[in-house]
Amino acid sequence: MTSTSSKSARRLPGVTRRTFTGSAIAAAAVAGVAPFNIVRGQAAALKVGVILPKSGPQAFFGQSCQRGIDIAPALLAEMGYNVKLDVTSVDFETNVDLARSRAEKLVNDGAHVLIGPFDSGAAGAIAQVAEQKGVPFMINIAAAPQITEQGYKYVFRNFPTAPMLIGNGLSLMKEFFKATGATPKTAVFMHVNDTFGQASARGVEALFPRLDMPFKILETISYDPAARDLSVEVAKAKASGAEMVMLVSRLNDSILLVREMVKQRFEPMGIISPGSPGMYEEQFFTTLGKFSEYCVTNVPWYNPKSEIAQKVAGAFRKQFPNDRLIGHIFNVGFSFESMMIVADAYQRAKSTNGQALAEALRATKIDKRVMIGGAIQFNEKGQATTIASAALQNRNLEPKVVLPAEAQELKPVFPVPGWNNRG
Amino acid sequence: MPIELYLNVALGGVLTGLVYGLMALGLSVIFGVVRVVNFAHGEMMTLAMYAAVMLFVYFKLDPLLLMLPIMAALFLFGYAMQTAVINPFITRPEHSQFILLVAIAIIMINSLLMFFGPNARNVLVDYAYDSYQIGPILLDKVRVIAALAALAVAAALFAFFRYAPTGKAIRACADNNRGALVVGLNVKRLYALTFGLGSACVGAAGCMMVLLVDVTPMLGPTYTLLAFVIVIVGGLGSMGGALLGGLLVGVSEALAGLVLTPSAKSMVTFALLILVLLLRPQGLLGRKA
Repeated sequence: MTSTSSKSARRLPGVTRRTFTGSAIAAAAVAGVAPFNIVRGQAAALKVGVILPKSGPQAFFGQSCQRGIDIAPALLAEMGYNVKLDVTSVDFETNVDLARSRAEKLVNDGAHVLIGPFDSGAAGAIAQVAEQKGVPFMINIAAAPQITEQGYKYVFRNFPTAPMLIGNGLSLMKEFFKATGATPKTAVFMHVNDTFGQASARGVEALFPRLDMPFKILETISYDPAARDLSVEVAKAKASGAEMVMLVSRLNDSILLVREMVKQRFEPMGIISPGSPGMYEEQFFTTLGKFSEYCVTNVPWYNPKSEIAQKVAGAFRKQFPNDRLIGHIFNVGFSFESMMIVADAYQRAKSTNGQALAEALRATKIDKRVMIGGAIQFNEKGQATTIASAALQNRNLEPKVVLPAEAQELKPVFPVPGWNNRG
Repeated sequence: MPIELYLNVALGGVLTGLVYGLMALGLSVIFGVVRVVNFAHGEMMTLAMYAAVMLFVYFKLDPLLLMLPIMAALFLFGYAMQTAVINPFITRPEHSQFILLVAIAIIMINSLLMFFGPNARNVLVDYAYDSYQIGPILLDKVRVIAALAALAVAAALFAFFRYAPTGKAIRACADNNRGALVVGLNVKRLYALTFGLGSACVGAAGCMMVLLVDVTPMLGPTYTLLAFVIVIVGGLGSMGGALLGGLLVGVSEALAGLVLTPSAKSMVTFALLILVLLLRPQGLLGRKA
């Protein structure tokens, strides 16, 4: 079979099929390379590739993080960062394999730095791409410790590792019991079985005896974060006879769990997370209403007294007037900080070169931040070490800081009222 | 573990299994008569779930009250789809039909994503958190109602195929297609009616399922796969088999979560599938080819 192009090539005098094909390839190469030359010539904007789970089971988190990214360019300019950020956001559909291919595509399309992805599994996959391509990767939220234990040179994480998170969370739990004067003797530990959940479970296993916790774990129940029905898990937890539920969850599963607990009339002294998303998110409140009350989560949280946090809050309310800040602030805060760290590094590096940016990121020291904790700095592994946790208790359909005492908005309540004795 | 726990979990599995069975019944009916595998089955259920959610949000209508109108809408949808899109493919190779229905499923998922976004949506009826206590047994009210409704719809479908003249004609088509043509039955119309009935079944299942699980556009493929497993376990084309398969999958999922680990629920479902394929390839109530 003869193609149309080769027919026309044959008709041209003095043009052989070989020269025609060669010219076509050369033309295509020139056409392909030219846009990159134009971009390099401008050299003003830092191309930021943002990878988030904007659909699939973690869609809420991805979309929530995206809000933090969206408010950043204008707010950073207002704060005095003299850099131009060209942001491209992609959705990895809560699928680790897609996260890897999306990261590769972003880098191939010219991204100078990657930000994301609110998921440990995806963070691990993107980190490999970043390291291979020599493009810095700024993790906004992801806790699996191994990500910053591989000796990577281009991976930076402004979020605690699971052991740090769990360690802070368990310590806060002891303070919480002390403050309320009630301590459960037993607990059932329920956790999602994804990368984050398993890293957290290992953290609990390692730290629990070391921290001399005042209660005993009677049973550990792991489950699929994309589960449609958690009735068996809750029946099992209830049958264990535990006085408290210790939960490492995502969002949809935490809603399913509480719903099942109400249906099965399982009324423990309380539900406490040592550090995981779910129970302080907007959708948790809107879906469960009064049953969302009194759940406790020990997580890094924003500092309402910080000047930057107030600016972020203002920008968020202006850009998203229909959303409640409190339901997004955790995701927005860390995502905005990631953009701020990258902008700060670019301003100092004065280059889009991956190595120069990575060196600038490694030398980061930002004193004023959104979240509670010390100055933003990274250790030799690219891991931030100064992020603190707060104990949040859901009260009047909002997460309120109940510990530490210096940031306390309300006094903690424990044991919590029964399902039918709420609001 | 106390025996009440096993009983509670097994009964929960039975109730969920009945809804699964109704969902798979639609797939089985369509395959049994039209000989087309509906790869958009779960997506059609998702469509029904979204219809129930939207009507609940805007008009505060209970999904159980919406069951008949949604079944009617899905019937029309299925009838139109069979007449306009699938009938021309009936005589084509199976892989063409396969690709056509997968394409329809993908279009449905992405249309739902465009209209409703990726967030999970649910229906919170007044009795969403209620349960019945009978001695040590605690039954979720929503599950009980959904299972009873599934039984009622399945019984109506059985009665239609057994006693109604059109039902008998459809069965004749399934048993002997050429014979049906010879005696002058309008086979293409009967195919469309069957696809409509299968779609109505899945519409009813969607109205019940939305009371049990939150709906997202990506839910469809999971339930398509589940319906396939149930229909293969029960026997392709067998209506009773679909219900039995649903019950078996519901109970085995529940008990596996209790006895083994909750993470192993799906694994046990697929182990059941492999076991049936090895020991009785035609399914539990299926006829040998």
